Amino acid sequence: MTILLALLVAILYATGVYLMLRRSIVKLIIGLVLIGHAANILIFSAAGVVRGRPPLVPEGMSGLERPYADPLPLALILTAIVISFAIVAFTAVLVRRAWQEIGTDDLDRMNTTDR
Amino acid sequence: MNLLLVLPILIPLTAAALGLTAWKRPGLQRSISVAGAMALLVASVMLLAATNRGDVLATQMGGWEAPYGITIVADILSSIMVLLNAIIGLAVVIYSLGALDPQREAFGFHPLVHALLAAVSGAFLTGDLFNLYVWFEVMLMSSFVLLTMGSGRAQLEGAIKYVALNLVSSALFLAAVGLLYGATGTLNMAHLAERIGSADPRATTLIAMLFMVAFGIKAAAFPFFFWLPASYHTPPPVVSALFAGLLTKVGVYALIRTFTLCFTGDMAFTHEVILWIAGFTMLSGVLGAAVQSEFRRILSFHIVSQIGYMLMGLGMAGVALAAAESADESTAVALRGAAALALTGSIFYVMHHIIVKTNLFLVSGIVQRLFGTGDLDRVGGIWRTRPVLSIMFLVPAMSLAGIPILSGFWAKLTLVRAGLLAESWWIVAVALFVSLLTLFSMTKIWGEAFWNAMPPGREDPTATVRSDRGLRIMMTVVMLLGAVTLAIGFAAQPVFDLAGRAAKQLLSPGVYADAVLGGRQSSIPPVDADGGAP
Repeated sequence: MTILLALLVAILYATGVYLMLRRSIVKLIIGLVLIGHAANILIFSAAGVVRGRPPLVPEGMSGLERPYADPLPLALILTAIVISFAIVAFTAVLVRRAWQEIGTDDLDRMNTTDR
Repeated sequence: MNLLLVLPILIPLTAAALGLTAWKRPGLQRSISVAGAMALLVASVMLLAATNRGDVLATQMGGWEAPYGITIVADILSSIMVLLNAIIGLAVVIYSLGALDPQREAFGFHPLVHALLAAVSGAFLTGDLFNLYVWFEVMLMSSFVLLTMGSGRAQLEGAIKYVALNLVSSALFLAAVGLLYGATGTLNMAHLAERIGSADPRATTLIAMLFMVAFGIKAAAFPFFFWLPASYHTPPPVVSALFAGLLTKVGVYALIRTFTLCFTGDMAFTHEVILWIAGFTMLSGVLGAAVQSEFRRILSFHIVSQIGYMLMGLGMAGVALAAAESADESTAVALRGAAALALTGSIFYVMHHIIVKTNLFLVSGIVQRLFGTGDLDRVGGIWRTRPVLSIMFLVPAMSLAGIPILSGFWAKLTLVRAGLLAESWWIVAVALFVSLLTLFSMTKIWGEAFWNAMPPGREDPTATVRSDRGLRIMMTVVMLLGAVTLAIGFAAQPVFDLAGRAAKQLLSPGVYADAVLGGRQSSIPPVDADGGAP
């Protein structure tokens, strides 16, 4: 399972970076979203994937028995998802506004501030 | 719970919330904003007074013990940074009363500034890496809106670059946080300091590099700085001034904090990398500035080159400490002294830089108000019509270049001395060379905009600009910040001592860890050798 998740993370990162390197600003956002997803799954798998071992203290015991599914990474991911939702919403509006104002979705033509 | 620790976050958050309730009443919103910024200044002075003697204050949010609860912790460095945040916040809020157009003000400038101040305070005070990520995001979100407010073409173009690169940095930061949790089982920085030694050193060095890239993008270090000169000159000058003072320095703070507290396992490698980055950052920033001919674009590139100086101290400190481990007794003592001095220099540099850089951007705002442009080809002769403004430019500009007596001189002197003691010859040479080029850039602005007459064939538009109330407010703020620069320059000894105490505290992370963890053994069982996976 960990291997599968690792492959998935790799594919998501690769696709995300590829899309970000394209010239269209819409692809830029999709790339950012994919990289965010990759980071979330990375957190999920980095802390270890455990099946059928909920983090509950069994009756008569005083502590958790290893291995158990760590709930903390899930809490981190949840927070990260909420944040990235807000950020993506903002970025989508920004891109639309930029397209209206500048009249192009080509990043190569948005170079007036770099000169 | 220690109230003093949370006030620097709570006050601006409250001011932002109250400001939102007064949406339709700009007068009330202004009063709330100024009152909030003043209260923040008072609270941060009290915080620095409480930590000044070397106590580390810590409190756990939500009533959970460390390392489970979210730790808010203040040592001297955090308190200094919060105080600088408050000074810049107050300066920018007051300046905006005279400078900002009513449209942008009506779109919530004041609540956004306070949201930004709260996030920056939070980033300086948090003792938890994931919490740091959350504050970074709050800070980014407020800065996105401040940057795009008004939606001019240049602003939107700049914003796309700013947003894209900062989101990449956030994604890398998040990935690094996840990997670090997988490797050590904790994200509390004090707890990490205890634990990271027992994790696989190859994994931790790799994660440390990932953090370095993430924070490097935020700090605008080489080679990740391209978003900064592309965006900082596009919003209104008052917004640029706020960003220039605070945002990149949060990245520098995060680097200093994590690379003195957590990632100290392989300093001969990691801090050597920081040192190289510092050198290239200084050079590329100053060379970029040399070819520009617009006021704020020159200043933006100089932010980059100045970030190099701050990282230089951190890098030299780590390299010296690593060398001290294998050196004989007397050399080791000397090298540790050099490391402390190098960190002192970094902290002094941050203190001086935040004030000076904000001030320069605020001056550029006045010039833009007078001439309607910051293009140096279309500006001139200010020395003849407005000598006070010219001197108000000269003080921070010469301080930035490091002319003796002004604050920048002492900051650079400390770094150069530390470099000579640590025998990091080449970085000292680079620092001095960059200093010279900085002087060249500053004299270019001085010559084109202030000393020379208007270019022939152009009318001086300032003749028709009357000194109205707005301009007087702007001038007052610029003078006050100039006075702070002069004060740091003339009373360098107490400031140097303060930075020295902060550096000493950074070099003995045990005090920090004890304050956060309460000196007890942690009750979390250590992770398995395979990182907790079955």
